Amino acid sequence: MTNPGTKLRVEDKLYQNRYLVDSGRPHIKVRPHKQPSANLLALTRVCPAKCYELNDKGQVEITADGCMECGTCRILCETSGEIEWNYPRGGFGVLFKFG
Amino acid sequence: MIKEEFDAIVIGAGMSGNAAAYTMASDGLKVLQLERGEYPGSKNVQGAIMYANMLEKIVPDFRDDAPLERHLVEQRLWVMDETSHTGIHYRSDDFNEVKPNRYTIIRAQFDKWFSRRVRGAGATVLCETTVTELVRDAKGKVIGVRTDRAGGAIYADVVVLAEGVCGLLGTRGGLRKMLKPEAVALAVKEMHFLPEEVIEQRFGVKGSEGCVIEAVGTISHGMAGLGFLYTNKESISLGIGCLVSDFAAKMESPYALLDALKNHPSIRPLIAGSEVKEYAAHLIPEGGYKAIPQLFGDGWVVVGDAAQLNNAVHREGSNLAMTSGRIAAEAIIQVKRRNDPMTKRNLALYKTMLEKSFVVKDLRKYKDMPALLHTNARNFFTTYPRLMSQAAQNFMRVDGTPKIEKEKATTAAFIKARSRLGLVSDAIRLALAWR
Repeated sequence: MTNPGTKLRVEDKLYQNRYLVDSGRPHIKVRPHKQPSANLLALTRVCPAKCYELNDKGQVEITADGCMECGTCRILCETSGEIEWNYPRGGFGVLFKFG
Repeated sequence: MIKEEFDAIVIGAGMSGNAAAYTMASDGLKVLQLERGEYPGSKNVQGAIMYANMLEKIVPDFRDDAPLERHLVEQRLWVMDETSHTGIHYRSDDFNEVKPNRYTIIRAQFDKWFSRRVRGAGATVLCETTVTELVRDAKGKVIGVRTDRAGGAIYADVVVLAEGVCGLLGTRGGLRKMLKPEAVALAVKEMHFLPEEVIEQRFGVKGSEGCVIEAVGTISHGMAGLGFLYTNKESISLGIGCLVSDFAAKMESPYALLDALKNHPSIRPLIAGSEVKEYAAHLIPEGGYKAIPQLFGDGWVVVGDAAQLNNAVHREGSNLAMTSGRIAAEAIIQVKRRNDPMTKRNLALYKTMLEKSFVVKDLRKYKDMPALLHTNARNFFTTYPRLMSQAAQNFMRVDGTPKIEKEKATTAAFIKARSRLGLVSDAIRLALAWR
C-alpha cells in the first residue's frame, strides 16, 4: 500500500510548513475498528498530508501533526462516524506563511 | 471574557468575513470578528487571483497599500496529455491599464492587509479563537456564539457565518447539510520561489505584469480536475485540484499528482531551480448553483465558501466570497436602519440582493455543468485532451503523409474514441450546460 518514495516526498513537503502542534490533544480521531471501510481506507492515499496509515492489523491510524486542516477526511468519513473531526484550538495547527 | 453585546459577530477572517466586517464597521455597526488562526490568513489557502472590481466596491482605494503581486496580462488555457500541451493563449496590452482588472495575490499577506483595514474601520478582531457553538434562544434564534476561550457566550443581534468551505458550525448546527464528496474538490499547491528577473524571462513579462496558466487533461488521471500555475512577484503558485469523490474512488494521492505535474515536460522548465517554501491543501466548493444551501435564518446569514459560492467554470471564488460578504453586510445595515429585528423574514433581504448580483446569476448559468463534468470526467479530462493533442501533432508534423490522409486519421481517431453519436451527444450536452 505505502510507496516509500512517495511517503518520503510528502514528509519533505510538510517540513516546509509551520505548525503549532497542540500536544496530547489531536483534533481528529479514528473510531476503533476491525476493518476499515472503503472511504476510510482511501484516506491512506487521499489525505494530502498522509496523516492516515495502515497498521500491521490492517486498521487505519492517524497522526494528525502534519494535518493542513483541509477537511477531505471529514467529507469522506464523518457522516459514517468513522472519524471525529474538529478544528484545533484557536492558534494551534497549521499556520500558512503564504497560503 | 467579553461582556458587551455586539450588532454583529463575524466568524472567520477570509475574503467573505473581511468584506462583511469591513462593510458593517464602516457603516458604524459594532462588529466583533473571530478568527481561529494565529493571524488572519494563517488558515486560508487560495491560488490566488484577486478580481479588482469586486474589491474596489468594498475598499475603493485598495491599490494604495494592498499587497498585490502581479497584474495579469496573459492567460494560457492548456489541454495537456503526457508529453504535450495545446490550447489558447490570450495576452493583451489593454490589461496594462491604470486600474488593472486582475492581480495575483498571496493570501496570508493579503488577508493581513484586509484585516488591518477591518480594524481601521472600527471592528474588534480577535484571533486564536475558535468558535465552538452557536448560541440560540428558546425559539431557536441565533443570539451569539461560544468560543474555546475562557468566559461565557458572546452575544450579538446577528451572526455572519464566514467560516469557510468546511463550515463546521453551520453543518453541526443544522443550518445546512454536510458537503458531498462529488460537490467539493481537493486542491494541493506549492509555492516555488525564483528571482523576479527569472520569472520575467520565463514568462515574457516585465515589471509587475503577470501570466497564469490553467490546464486540464491527463494531468488529473481521468478525474475531474484542474492544474494551475500563477506568477507572483518572486514566486510561482503551482497546484492541482480534483473532486474528492474521484480521489476516493481512484485512491489517488494528491501529492503524487502534483509531483507528476511538476515533472511534466511543459511545466518542468518553468519552475526549474526554484525553492519550494510551502505545501498547502484546501477544499474548493464545486457543486455550483444546485449546492447553494439555505443562506439566512433567524439571527444568521452565511457567506463565501461556507455558502458554496464558487464558480468552477470560471475558476472564481474569492470575488463571489467578498461580494456575498459585502451584500450580506448591506442587507444587515438596511434591516438595522429600519430598527427591525434580525429575523429570518427580514434577513431574506440578503438572498434577494444576492440573486440580483452576478454571484447567483453566474452560478445559475452553469447550474448543469458540475453534474456533466462529474459524470463524464474520463471523456472530458482524458479522452478529449489526448485526441486534441494527437490532432495537433498530426497537423504540425510533416512526414510526407498526404494531408487528406492525415485529416482522415484525425477524424477516425475521434470517432473510434467516442463514436459519432457520442461526439454529437457530448457537444450538445456541453452546449446546453454552457448556455
